[in-house]
Amino acid sequence: MYAAIVSLTLMGLILGYGLAQAARWFKVEGNPLVEEIDAMLPGSQCGQCGFPGCSPAAEAIASGAAPVTLCPPGGKALAEALAAKLGVTADLGDMEDAGPKLAVVLPELCTGCTRCFKVCPTDAIIGAPKQLHLVIKDACTGCGKCVESCPSESVVLRPIEATLKSWYWPKPQMNLVEVV
Amino acid sequence: MKLTLFRGGVHPPGFKEQSASQGIENAPLPARLYVPLQQHLGAPAQAIVRRGQQVLKGELIGRASGPISAAVHAPTSGTVVAIGKHTAPHPSGLPIETVVIEADGNDTWCELHPCDTPFDLDPDAIAAKVGEAGIVGLGGATFPSAVKLKLKNRNPIHTLIINGGECEPYLTCDDRLMREESVAIVEGVRLMLRALEAQRALVVIEDNKPEAFAAMHAAAEAVSEVEVVQVPSLYPMGSEKQMIETVLGQEVPAGGMSSDLGVVVHNVGTAFAVHRAVRFGEPLIERITTVAGSAIVKPRNLRVRLGTPVEALFAYCGGIKGEPARLLMGGPMMGQVLPNMQVPVVKGSSGILALTAQEVNEQSTANCIRCSRCVRACPVGLVPLEMAGRIRVGDFKGAEAWGLRDCLSCASCSYVCPAHIPLVQFFNHAKGELTARAQADHKAKETRRLAEARSERMERIKAEKAAAAAARKAARAKKAAEEESAAPAGDSETSTEQKETSA
Repeated sequence: MYAAIVSLTLMGLILGYGLAQAARWFKVEGNPLVEEIDAMLPGSQCGQCGFPGCSPAAEAIASGAAPVTLCPPGGKALAEALAAKLGVTADLGDMEDAGPKLAVVLPELCTGCTRCFKVCPTDAIIGAPKQLHLVIKDACTGCGKCVESCPSESVVLRPIEATLKSWYWPKPQMNLVEVV
Repeated sequence: MKLTLFRGGVHPPGFKEQSASQGIENAPLPARLYVPLQQHLGAPAQAIVRRGQQVLKGELIGRASGPISAAVHAPTSGTVVAIGKHTAPHPSGLPIETVVIEADGNDTWCELHPCDTPFDLDPDAIAAKVGEAGIVGLGGATFPSAVKLKLKNRNPIHTLIINGGECEPYLTCDDRLMREESVAIVEGVRLMLRALEAQRALVVIEDNKPEAFAAMHAAAEAVSEVEVVQVPSLYPMGSEKQMIETVLGQEVPAGGMSSDLGVVVHNVGTAFAVHRAVRFGEPLIERITTVAGSAIVKPRNLRVRLGTPVEALFAYCGGIKGEPARLLMGGPMMGQVLPNMQVPVVKGSSGILALTAQEVNEQSTANCIRCSRCVRACPVGLVPLEMAGRIRVGDFKGAEAWGLRDCLSCASCSYVCPAHIPLVQFFNHAKGELTARAQADHKAKETRRLAEARSERMERIKAEKAAAAAARKAARAKKAAEEESAAPAGDSETSTEQKETSA
């Protein structure tokens, strides 16, 4: 019996040591591209892209499984930066379909339950128990986590309204004449 | 005075004779005035009146909010009938916050605070009065004037340039104002000089306005610090940087401001408004507007209350011949397309033009053959054809590298392009796109910062809770240990007591 115990313990120790060494020497470096992309993403872990957070999204972008236009809070600027990084062409036309949105608290429905601001990844909602909550527009990314958490359906996402400040001329159309 | 003309530029036909011969007339007071709370660059004013409230002419109805903003005043006496959205005089046609005033017809002034000795005021008091009057750059850029009068705090100002260039075709409002109000303008210029603590002022007038030059020259003769300078008519002379280059021979650095050179530029209309505000205490509630274009029956210059709908001006000018092909606010080179005739005249409305299809002369575009006429026309020295080519394929960064940020949007390139390529339209689009992207980029960075701050806080709270739990556990363990050490004696006591009671 003692022989069995000693031999198995020894085997376990040797194999374990061998595995530990193998893990150290044959370590697979994490894809550095993933880290770089992760650093470019907003990092709010909002989940609007359909991935559980920014790191899984970065992996998907690096492997080519997801398009560079997947991040709504990052917008066109991010999509373009990612496209440049990966050397791919980004189809920015798709990005405008969804359009950026902002959360709005409907004052007549809010009960002041504090659930929404506890889940907000960017601390964009302020409030206190049994007090009306309010969204800070500049900090909101429109991720919709607050909408899911609200028990009284008092948080809604609304498209950002165009103002004189944000409006700019569309790209002019060139109706080229046929040169015969 | 030695002039150094800027490079490039174009000579569009002036069409100024239509309205230049007409003296300034008072436009009739409309029944309702639509006064937007944003008639200036910067933050919109905040309404301080309520629906149903009676207001007097010149009463403050919108307070300036923030460092770059301007006050808005009631253009006549009457009742505030609505505060809400009204179409802006802007190509987007978007609605903006507007105070609607129903005129009572009495046109009663509120209490004004005139100043008989304005030159005894100290510089900051003059700038404050200009700010209270809600004066903005009346050449069309509508930058709050008080902010520009305080620029001396950043950098000493030696020269004040008064822009009487009026290089845009059709417009003659500054021309008429200089002819009719030269003495008042010179006083306004002297007040601005005092506010800026500058040594000299140059009133710069293009040589296509000899009457205005003569009038201003006569009015400024006795004033040693004000000099009136005649410059050749060349578009875009009225652009701040090009004017500085012409009269001072200095170029404003790319991305810099004229005040970096110790120069501030104001429009002649602004100088007149400063005179009215400081001497008479009158806020900016009216301006001179040129109503012109071949679709107007009788083009003329009008003294218009801000908030007057454009259609009322057309009606006063004999109406419109046929269907105008394009309505513009400002000149034909840099003016803004108006969405309809119900939009109001605002502080920046130097002109309201109704152009016929013949004047608009829309033509189909051809390919760029790199003739480089646009390069010769550009007053900044850019290469419009390269920038436009990049913008066309969506390479905005490339266009920026070719100097898009230094483009004035003066439209000289579009004007000369034989292929009718919408060059300046490309540049305006690209500038907007670049700004929007910069904002999105900034927001993404801020989001990241906020998200990191939150996760860091969450970790800290978790650690604190864990530490508190550990401390509680330690305290409990300690207490238990203490009790244990104290227990034997206590236990024996209680047991003896129990024994006694039971016994």
